[in-house]
Amino acid sequence: MNIFGLVGQIFAIALALFLAPLLTGWVNQCRAWFQNRSAPPLMQPYYTLHKLFLKDVVLAHGASPLFRFAPFVVFGCMILACAIVPTLSTDLPFAPAADMLALVGVFGLARIFISLAAMDIGTSFGSLGGRREMLVGFLAEPALLMVIFTTALICQSTSVATIVETLAHRDFIIYPSLAFAGIAFSFVSLAENARVPVDNPATHLELTMIHEAMILEYSGRHLALVEWAASLKLYAYSCLGLALFMPWGIASGASILGLAAALPILMAKLAVGGFLLAGIESVNAKLRIFRAPEFLGTAFLLAVLGLLVRLLLETRV
Amino acid sequence: MPPLLPIDLLLIAVAAWLLIGLAGLAAPGNLRYISKRLFPLGALVGLALGATALNFLGSGPQVAVLAIGLPDLPFHLRLDNLTAVFALLLGFASAGISVYAAGYFRKGQGTAPGLLCLEYHFFLASMLMVLMADDAYAFMVAWESMALSSFFLVTTDHKHAEIRSAGYLYLLIAHVGAIAILLSFGVMTSGTGDYSFANMREQHLSPFWASSAYLLALLGFGAKAGLVPVHVWLPEAHPAAPSPVSALMSGVMLKTAIYGLMRVSFDLLGSQPLWWWGVVAMAVGLVTALFGVLYSTVQSDMKRLLAYSSIENIGLLAVGIGLALLFRSYKMPVLAALALTAVLYHCLAHAGFKSLLFLCTGSVLHATKERSLGKLGGLIHPMPWVAWLALVGVIASTGLPPLSGFVSEWLLLQAFLFSPGLPHSWLNMVVPVSAAVVALVAALAGFAMVKFFGIIFLGQAREEALKDAHDAGPWERVGLVWLAGLSLALGVLPSTIISLIDAATRQLLGTGLADRMKENGWWMLAPISPERASYQPLIFLAVITASLLLGRQLVRRLYHGRVRRSPAWDCGYVFQGPRAQDTAEGFSQPIRRIFETLFRMQSHIPTIRDERPYYSVKVEDHFWHWLYLPLARLVTAFSHLVARLQGGRIAIYLLYSFVTLIFLLLVARP
Repeated sequence: MNIFGLVGQIFAIALALFLAPLLTGWVNQCRAWFQNRSAPPLMQPYYTLHKLFLKDVVLAHGASPLFRFAPFVVFGCMILACAIVPTLSTDLPFAPAADMLALVGVFGLARIFISLAAMDIGTSFGSLGGRREMLVGFLAEPALLMVIFTTALICQSTSVATIVETLAHRDFIIYPSLAFAGIAFSFVSLAENARVPVDNPATHLELTMIHEAMILEYSGRHLALVEWAASLKLYAYSCLGLALFMPWGIASGASILGLAAALPILMAKLAVGGFLLAGIESVNAKLRIFRAPEFLGTAFLLAVLGLLVRLLLETRV
Repeated sequence: MPPLLPIDLLLIAVAAWLLIGLAGLAAPGNLRYISKRLFPLGALVGLALGATALNFLGSGPQVAVLAIGLPDLPFHLRLDNLTAVFALLLGFASAGISVYAAGYFRKGQGTAPGLLCLEYHFFLASMLMVLMADDAYAFMVAWESMALSSFFLVTTDHKHAEIRSAGYLYLLIAHVGAIAILLSFGVMTSGTGDYSFANMREQHLSPFWASSAYLLALLGFGAKAGLVPVHVWLPEAHPAAPSPVSALMSGVMLKTAIYGLMRVSFDLLGSQPLWWWGVVAMAVGLVTALFGVLYSTVQSDMKRLLAYSSIENIGLLAVGIGLALLFRSYKMPVLAALALTAVLYHCLAHAGFKSLLFLCTGSVLHATKERSLGKLGGLIHPMPWVAWLALVGVIASTGLPPLSGFVSEWLLLQAFLFSPGLPHSWLNMVVPVSAAVVALVAALAGFAMVKFFGIIFLGQAREEALKDAHDAGPWERVGLVWLAGLSLALGVLPSTIISLIDAATRQLLGTGLADRMKENGWWMLAPISPERASYQPLIFLAVITASLLLGRQLVRRLYHGRVRRSPAWDCGYVFQGPRAQDTAEGFSQPIRRIFETLFRMQSHIPTIRDERPYYSVKVEDHFWHWLYLPLARLVTAFSHLVARLQGGRIAIYLLYSFVTLIFLLLVARP
């Protein structure tokens, strides 16, 4: 670890904090275009965050300390996730702290806390959202693990930085297994980030909510942190997907020039990704909650297929 | 006088526990003397035992012969590194549980405190003897003492019929298991008549007999550990027992069965492993883990939920043992060491967090007199100590960083990642995919634990009386904090702890992980190499804590920290009583629906025409109906057949004797 690496690490975190709401704003804008609505400004998420931070926290009478504590934990987890996932460079001093499996653990920890916070006030929608979130979680996790296994087998490592380094700087070989894993990963990302077809971030129809139902009782700075954490999660998942399946352009060492070149490439990739996400959300309908197992079961089968393809066909590559 | 060896110190610990137990009989009704003097003393013995074992780790084996028992048949005892790891577990876990017990036991209807003290300490001593036994005779005596003392502990409240029947079921299955273990030992002596473990190690059995011994051991120890299908006693006995006893049984006693399985399959049968032993253990383990976690998510009794969660953890341990056996049979000792380290680590982790959770349910039970989740809720307000410490246990048992459960699950998954290297044409594909089951189990455990914590401690109180619940007393708090501290230490210091338990891995497999990990520094866990995979819980914890505190400070500095209180919003819904919350049954409804075929369910759903609508659902174990009830019917039918012989008249019995005599004369004619 050198001082430059540390600066790069802090820069990566700062960049994540800055870019994440922008990504959310971009997705919202694209979706509005797709749906032939007039789009909100690109910076709308920042305005919303600022407004929320200014407002008082209105706390329900039955709220326990856990309820006030949870948004900070969730936010901390997402910062750690963004610190580990390589965005511009693979030279990250914090990367050895957690590999891919631990990254899943970070998201799991955040999920447990937000679900518990949802149950804390004791309202009907809160616990409904909490149990649905845990449902999506346990359906998505096996598929995610199989995706991780596939990439880990190709690269002989579970460290995110090593995987991205190997995938980005190899000769151009098409791995069929990675194609399967990539599709499975995008299914899982949709579910984990509470997007259509599993959840709808724009819904306020009570009985269909998952994520929104959990955070109904939050307000003021707590809500701001939860929303910011949600956009950080989307950012982390997008960057992870890009790093695993489209890693070209990520700098391997830490040099100003490399970082300067990587930044526009990353933003371009995120813009395309966000556009596609808005497209997917606009042409699909939200599934009933009990169709979610089928959706995520498909993701699991694709991931297993990817793993088997890797083991059967690519062992000599 | 020669200096005291560690094995002598362990024997002194056994003697001390027995003496403490007997001292309880001096004043069996004096609760104050027993709980505030004897139980803390027992905890000190546990602490000393743990320290001795910790100090011993890494040394060579020591043996002793204890001339008690039958005239020509002394007890052979041995202290080696495997024993030391489990003695460490027993000592440190029981220290916390005993301190807690000092504040827990009240004057009750059941067993007198003095008798309870005797049973409790006898149970501890017999578990230590199981770990130290070096011949089948000593082992079986200790094993049976353990089963009997724990039976009496389970039936402490023997006035209730269901507790008596739970205890009886436990005793029955414990003895089926004991018979299998005895037969397994018998096979391993291969007819030499020498029942010492040293002799068993030297026997070279044919694959058939070795496999029989292994399968018998798997059945016998599986019955004690709770492997499917001999798990049925566990969810009955754990809720029946007083909470410290449940903690001891789940946290420690189940591990003695894992110890036995490891002793037999790696040590006594170590010379001739077969590859399919590992596959059998893995398959049984995966089924057990999935079964346990699914049933734990649908329970509405908090202690049953934890009992099923113990079944799940035992399943994961069996998976790890199977993986280690598989790697070892293909001569991949480093990977076997990885899997075995995961098993040992999970034993320690589970002892910490499951004891903690069981003790927390004990405090809840004392404060509310209620075990059913449907009548709890909101206890974080009156019982903050128990709630926050239970949260530590919940996160550890869910297998989430940075606490103890994550380290062992991480190691297990790392071991799975190497399984494509197995030189077997289909195992190298089936085994990696089965890791998905482990992931599913871990995620479902999260569901069960969110349910456990959320329904008990969060939300609104479901009954009026809960608002007056009192928090745990000082003794109970000490015990809980100690166990939570163990979970935290196991979570953040994985390298240090692995370098300690590595001695046991080296003893069983000839190689360990510690040498490879030495150059990485104590803060980093990288079992094979840092490029391959690494995990640094301290940095992990530091980044989360720093961003938590920094975020909080920044928000307050840049904006404000104002808070207003108001009624809950809940989309403007007006009726927000405690009845509007999810019940325990409601929370697990998605699981029941998705995995419908795996449960045996009887539910009643009200219709709009019902005069008195009610909802009920009863989930039962398929194994009762597929295995145990047919077996019970068979036994009953057979007994009825036998009973026909009994006419109750002396003339008939004389006739039987006469016919037998004639028959024997015919057969035995020279």
